[in-house]
Amino acid sequence: MNVPTMAEMMTQGKQPEVLFWVGCAGSFDDRAKKITKAFVKILNNANIDFAVLGAEESCTGDPAKRSGNEFLFQMQAMANIEVLNAYEVKKIVTACPHCFNTIKNEYPELGGNYEVVHHTQLLKDLLDTGKMTIEGGQFKGKKITFHDPCYLGRANDVYEAPRELIRKLDVELVEMKRCKVNGLCCGAGGAQMFKDAEKGDKEVNVLRTEDAIKVKPEIIATGCPFCNTMMTDGVKNKEKETEIEVMDIAEMIANAQDL
Amino acid sequence: MEYLPNIIFTLLAVASIGFFVKNVKKLKRNIFLGKDIDRNDRSKERWANMFRIALGQSKMVRRPVSGFLHIIVYVGFIIINIEVLEILLDGVLGTHRLFLPLLGDNVYGFLIGTFEVLAFLVFVSVVVFWIRRNIIKIKRFWNKEMTSWPKNDGNNILYFEMVLMSLFLIMNASDVHFQEINIGNPISQFLAPFFNSLSTESVHFVERTAWWIHICGIFVFLNYLYYSKHLHVLLAFPNTFYANLNSKGKFPNNPTVTKEVQTMMDPNADPYAMPEEPEGEPEKFGASDVTDLNWVQLMNAYTCTECGRCTSVCPANQTGKELSPRAIMMKTRDRLEEVGKNIDFNKGSFVDDGKQLLGEGYITQEEIWACTSCNACVEECPVNIDPLSIIMDMRQYLVMEQSAAPQELNSMMSNIENNGAPWPYNQMDRLNWKDEA
Repeated sequence: MNVPTMAEMMTQGKQPEVLFWVGCAGSFDDRAKKITKAFVKILNNANIDFAVLGAEESCTGDPAKRSGNEFLFQMQAMANIEVLNAYEVKKIVTACPHCFNTIKNEYPELGGNYEVVHHTQLLKDLLDTGKMTIEGGQFKGKKITFHDPCYLGRANDVYEAPRELIRKLDVELVEMKRCKVNGLCCGAGGAQMFKDAEKGDKEVNVLRTEDAIKVKPEIIATGCPFCNTMMTDGVKNKEKETEIEVMDIAEMIANAQDL
Repeated sequence: MEYLPNIIFTLLAVASIGFFVKNVKKLKRNIFLGKDIDRNDRSKERWANMFRIALGQSKMVRRPVSGFLHIIVYVGFIIINIEVLEILLDGVLGTHRLFLPLLGDNVYGFLIGTFEVLAFLVFVSVVVFWIRRNIIKIKRFWNKEMTSWPKNDGNNILYFEMVLMSLFLIMNASDVHFQEINIGNPISQFLAPFFNSLSTESVHFVERTAWWIHICGIFVFLNYLYYSKHLHVLLAFPNTFYANLNSKGKFPNNPTVTKEVQTMMDPNADPYAMPEEPEGEPEKFGASDVTDLNWVQLMNAYTCTECGRCTSVCPANQTGKELSPRAIMMKTRDRLEEVGKNIDFNKGSFVDDGKQLLGEGYITQEEIWACTSCNACVEECPVNIDPLSIIMDMRQYLVMEQSAAPQELNSMMSNIENNGAPWPYNQMDRLNWKDEA
């Protein structure tokens, strides 16, 4: 796997077309690391000129801001912006909708102006420009539902890019009753990922998994490492892990391409 | 004596409009107890939003049944108000159906006929609304925050509308001359036969009584608005105009914090320099009371008509948590009213009452921490109310002023501070995945 860092690129006097912002989940979470690798394989396969920050990357500050710690958020943001601006980064792609939202919407005022895309948007672009082709492969004819990440969908109105990619896999895309603008949260946002839920009668991820189970999918597709964790746990809770798989769109495409 | 009715009517009209204006002034004063926020940019988009969402009801019809019925009531409300103009003029001038000779039988009949059909449709819709609330008991009308007053308020409005529409039709049905013209009475002609057995004097008495109760009912209803969730009929317009236009995921960056962080990170800053003396009181981070919120958030609270669509889509509420976005708005309004009354009572200045919006009797920390920031409530609101912004401001207060985050979030935040990730992994290991099997 070819994963150049910005520092390496710089010593060679090169400037990559796009920076892949891996994110904390993508760097450290065992499940999310598989998504990261799948995405890198696709980028390598399509000969995309990219680099990562590696050890120079740090949390965007999203969970701090959503927990109310504006100070910590801005410390993180400005430190990251300093690094990004030093490398003269123009375009950023990330597989995490939380990183995507924060860098895209909250960094500009603090001096960080970049073109920021979600990995499904970049992949759709590769498809549209012929830099990548998708064939159904092992997914052909399978019933797949897509869970909209809140920070991709409602927060930033990205609904179509992930769906177009899924359709290209020759699958049967079935929508849950609540989808797109009406999509139900997986329960992880707003820093809920890092704490126990308040007292209630159910977990949000279980409720969302029930939504998905109703349409009887073979795969629940997501575009967010946190949604992925929540839905995977939900499927386990419902003891459906032998019937339903939870996969990121990047993983599905990499698998279909036998990467 | 001949002019007594005119005089009584004029006095009534002036008194009710005067009282209404007085309350509107109080409403405005209360809303502007909130902090300043600039929402005068991008006026084209703002007008477009107001036309589409408030005037055009575009978000209402996302729920087709209530949306359709609401449009009938809304259109009826606006159009039938044209008739109120005639009623007001008749009342002041002592005339009867002033516009009839001016417009002629056909035009006048067409207008009144339209109003009659609308009045009938409004009546039916309002009855269906009542059934949905009280017989079918749709869940969002029975959540915990729907205590006796909010429930009664909802029903009172429906009763008002039922009575006003009935009186309008009875008024026309018992108007012998109007029935004789027989144009513009598509509904009232079916009610007219009920009065056949009565003497001419009695029918006239019925007509006058209906006329007077109808217009007095309108005066009362006008003044009921300020005390009711029904204020949305007016505030939906400014509320959609001044609503947030940015991506819903973009939360505002606090400029005071930006200044502080910039100074900290500035390599040229003199570390021994005396900090600048802050002017006035040091700024409070986040919100613990209504006066810490901005005026748009406070206007949101007065605009909320407690339909509960937000709460019905809230993931926390659906899974039995304490949080209800509607309750956040209702409590904000209640507290704002309390603060307003305090100011009135103390002749223009607020005297500390030991209470806060975030605290005993109002919003609890448990509610604030249950939010997933998913924006479903914001997306769902038919008039673009933003409960999430209040929740986030309160989290900011809890963390930055009180250090009162849940323990697990404190650990998450110290991880970010120490090693740049919400989990305790070494930042130097961020690229390890590259070489893992």
